[in-house]
Amino acid sequence: MAFAYSIFSLGDAALTVDFGNTIDEDINGQVLRLFGAVKNLSSHILDVVPAYSSLTVYYDVLSLRSKHTAAFDAMKAMIEPLLLKEANGLQLQNRQMKIPVCYEKKFALDVDELATQKRITVDEVIRLHTAKTYRVYTIGFLPGFAYMGRVDERIAMPRKAQPRTIVPEGAVGIAGEQTGIYPLPSPGGWNIIGRTPLKLFDTTKEESVLLQPGDDVSFYSISEDEFENYQSRNA
Amino acid sequence: MSLKITKAGMLDTVQDTGRYGYQHLGINPGGAMDDFSASLANALLGKELNAPVIELHFPASTFLFQQACVVCLTGADFMPCINDVPITLQQPFFVSTNAVLQFKSVKKGARCYLSLLNELKIQKWLSSYSTNLKAGAGGYKGRRLDKEDELEFAFLPHASTNDAVTALPWRYNEAVLSSNELEFIPGNEWDWLDVKSQTDFLNNGFAITPASDRMGYRLQGEKLIQQNKQQLVSSAVSFGTVQLLPDGQLIVLMADHQTTGGYPRIGHVISAHLSKLAQKKPGDEIKFAMTSVNSAEEKYAAQQEHLSRLQNTCNLKMQNWLHAH
Repeated sequence: MAFAYSIFSLGDAALTVDFGNTIDEDINGQVLRLFGAVKNLSSHILDVVPAYSSLTVYYDVLSLRSKHTAAFDAMKAMIEPLLLKEANGLQLQNRQMKIPVCYEKKFALDVDELATQKRITVDEVIRLHTAKTYRVYTIGFLPGFAYMGRVDERIAMPRKAQPRTIVPEGAVGIAGEQTGIYPLPSPGGWNIIGRTPLKLFDTTKEESVLLQPGDDVSFYSISEDEFENYQSRNA
Repeated sequence: MSLKITKAGMLDTVQDTGRYGYQHLGINPGGAMDDFSASLANALLGKELNAPVIELHFPASTFLFQQACVVCLTGADFMPCINDVPITLQQPFFVSTNAVLQFKSVKKGARCYLSLLNELKIQKWLSSYSTNLKAGAGGYKGRRLDKEDELEFAFLPHASTNDAVTALPWRYNEAVLSSNELEFIPGNEWDWLDVKSQTDFLNNGFAITPASDRMGYRLQGEKLIQQNKQQLVSSAVSFGTVQLLPDGQLIVLMADHQTTGGYPRIGHVISAHLSKLAQKKPGDEIKFAMTSVNSAEEKYAAQQEHLSRLQNTCNLKMQNWLHAH
């Protein structure tokens, strides 16, 4: 099915295709299919950024203007035909990623508060967090920070009123109905319920970022010993 | 065979014109804040416009040239001296072995660019030399330059003179982007401002606050009112995007901005004017004037064509100078 969209300029070197201001798996699927269709479309394209319900294309103004009178108009004309094709027929990659998380107290900085607020046990928080598969809607904020959804409403919780000045690398958190993992130590306001020993972002690797938009992610619980072993094996 | 830092500056990093192709992974383009001045430093040496340069903030590092070199400085005027002799901006200089480059005080601007004719021997990360401070990657070891750091650079076979400092016989004389009027293209949420706030935005000046850095400039001015209670889900933002914060104040995203954001996008400072914005300091005032996408494209294209003509001319001059020495 075709989705309603609008196209607007994001400054003078990018345009955004907007499918409406919403978090919805079907709309995000359309964004990611368009991402697949656009990223290899033209050598004039510098960057393609899928978000929850929009796709932004950064283009080389000079090289476009060497062939066309206006870069924005030319880029828009290249992208619009893709939108008119019904859902583009492209298959999403849909990688299944399994992420080990240690939910022990020393890593789960906010789990007690979350459990108390939601009137459930800590074990129930862990059970609910590991029970679902989450879609990576978009990556942003930090290199490799995946915005995933949606968590069970029984553990959904707004961002903390006072963000932490430093959240450790690997911290797994909840913000509203989203869940995510901090790839780097960073300030942050998500409710931290555990920590993964996996490296989400590794500059020494060719594929420096572990998760990509469109991945399906599930979490499984590991003990503190397993966490330590995992870290020392991969140190 | 290196450039040694004998005294550390506040925030000196290696930058080029940015890292493209990785924003879908949350890795932003980064790059020089004042892209025009960075490219100009390279153009005056006849180098590729996007070759790596060192971006300096004041107080800037003190550099010891452990080998003869040809350099050019552009952008902010931090009163540069080589062996205590003041040197001009926007002009190439030959510097002999053991020459010392120092910066005395801020006369004008916020960021100065140092380019070397000799090729810097640093590694690219994800196809760019830009330092990404958050990722700790790119540039020189992914971090700001520090005391005792040594940046290796290539030997230049022909250049030799007996003088410690020799100005090469060409320079760029036009004033570099100094006015405080910034043209902008209205953002998708421009209409979220009420009419009075739109008028205020167009008519009033905004001061750059001390809470401004390579990620963004926070502005202080008349409080602007969002006429609806709508919230945005995160989507892409760009260098130059002007966002409205919940307290009615503005932030302009700069080179190290996050790839996505969720505040209303009031407008986007045009690419051709980002350089003059990058040279503003806390306390400086800026004004916004509305323009169209097409006019912004034309201005950017004209600026880049100007730079590439200059680069061609200076490349010829440099080849001649090298042969003569």
